[in-house]
Amino acid sequence: MTDLPTTTERKLGLVIDLDTCVGCHACVISCKGWNTENYGAPLSDQNPYGADPSGTFLNRIHSYEVQPEAGAAQLVHFPKSCLHCEDAPCVTVCPTGASYKRVEDGIVLVNESDCIGCGLCAWACPYGAREMDQAEGVMKKCTLCIDRIYNGNLPEVDRVPACVRTCPAGARHFGDLGDPDSDVSRLVAERGGMDLMPEQGTKPVNKYLPPRPRDTVEEEIDILAPLLAPVTEEPGGFLGWLDRALDALPGGKS
Amino acid sequence: MHPAPSVIIFTTLSGLGFGLLFFLGLGLPDVSGWIAFTFFFIAYALAVGGLMSSAFHLGHPERALKAFTQWRTSWLSREACFSVAALVVMGVFALGAVFFDAQWRVLGVIGAVLSLITVYTTSMIYTQMKTVPRWNTQLTPLLYLTISLAGGALLAGQESLAPWLLALAGGVQIAWWMRGDGAFAASGTDMASATGLGHGKVRSFEPPHTGTNYLLREFVYVIGRKHALKIRGIALALGYALPILLMVLPLDSIALKHAFAGLAVVSHLGGIAASRWLFFAEAEHVVGLYYGKR
Ligand code: SF4
Ligand code: SF4
Ligand code: SF4
Repeated sequence: MTDLPTTTERKLGLVIDLDTCVGCHACVISCKGWNTENYGAPLSDQNPYGADPSGTFLNRIHSYEVQPEAGAAQLVHFPKSCLHCEDAPCVTVCPTGASYKRVEDGIVLVNESDCIGCGLCAWACPYGAREMDQAEGVMKKCTLCIDRIYNGNLPEVDRVPACVRTCPAGARHFGDLGDPDSDVSRLVAERGGMDLMPEQGTKPVNKYLPPRPRDTVEEEIDILAPLLAPVTEEPGGFLGWLDRALDALPGGKS
Repeated sequence: MHPAPSVIIFTTLSGLGFGLLFFLGLGLPDVSGWIAFTFFFIAYALAVGGLMSSAFHLGHPERALKAFTQWRTSWLSREACFSVAALVVMGVFALGAVFFDAQWRVLGVIGAVLSLITVYTTSMIYTQMKTVPRWNTQLTPLLYLTISLAGGALLAGQESLAPWLLALAGGVQIAWWMRGDGAFAASGTDMASATGLGHGKVRSFEPPHTGTNYLLREFVYVIGRKHALKIRGIALALGYALPILLMVLPLDSIALKHAFAGLAVVSHLGGIAASRWLFFAEAEHVVGLYYGKR
């Protein structure tokens, strides 16, 4: 049923640290790899080695430039996958019941054998977290790697989403955001974790940690800078002669 | 939003078809025998033809029956249920009119109401999308309903009613466009709320991939937007103004009157198709913000 559960026992999700993400796209690759080899239809590519490649991804990394009122511009790498919203509009619009939100852990999933590929759920998601697979004609989305996190065949250290396990910077954290004492909840409280597009009313479970304020860039960047001061401001030798000669030409002095 | 031809054809034709069914159900015109057959044939060809065309844009049309199950939350599912209910009830009513020279009025009124509700459910599929601010307004169902009623009246030959309904629909159309132009800005969703990086001016520096993807193809459609104003003019002229003119011209010859009425229908269909193309092509989905586009 596409009725949303009023509450879920747990709220499993991700906390993504915009301060530490280095934009390496490793999680994109591991996500694509894991989800192509495991649960559901593989994530296809169209014309992957041609002039106009495209493909299905459950996780994509954007990069933004932020120019504050004063100070230097910042570059922020911005991973985006399904936020497993509590009030998921993608679920309620589904005509077939293929999309659903699990009561036990809050994960939003697509039952691919029920999906008619109408695409309406992708229209309803404000975050672009759902993509129709062009080869299979069914909707694909992040599963929070249900086939890893509950997988007793994997060593315990691997029972986290592929993207979390892979991230070399430790920018993705996985846990129960419904439990205020969990590591992820404490991280969110400490760092002021935020919702994306709160005005859309989706109540995302995933949270984003804002970039920490950067140290102010002083006039003197380096303590060694004074020692590296230029010995002479004026060019000498041949360049000095050329400089003077060019200045001597009519209209040459700038 | 990508203006998929299948969806434009579907909403245009089936809206017109259900509009005609509405008037036939009310007995306007009160027809029987071959004339009734012709009217019902046209109505069913439009309504069912539209529905079939919409099935073409599904990834898995063979599972379409499953779409009848989620009427509790899904407007698309409700549309499926109501369209079949309307077609079945009006089908029985048509049998009476065509073969038994009977006007089963109660059945006809129920069918008429179901037909209108079907158009309403179609419009709500778009109206409910908070992600597309231009659609997310109560004016959208009003637009779909008035267009469907105006087109229905035109096809049903309601000479006195049709010009008024066309004028009304045209008015709603203009209001819908005017509201729509400021809708995205008024929605409160922008780069800052999308990224949460409100401490400065946010600019997309690098997209996730060098190529395109499903999201950009489906939701960020910018081709032809610069012609929007011209196409609005065409839609207004063909969809509303010309049909009104053709209907109210005082004509003596019956043949000429019929020819003009036919012309009015064709012009109206063309205009509404143009309006529907704009309905999608001009609609901006908030996901475009993540790509620094709209
Ligand atoms: S992020 Fe999108 S796909 Fe995921 S639950 Fe929220 S609305 Fe649905
Ligand atoms: S594409 Fe599939 S999952 Fe999405 S709304 Fe349609 S049937 Fe449901
Ligand atoms: S949780 Fe799994 S499916 Fe979701 S983005 Fe990470 S790797 Fe991909």
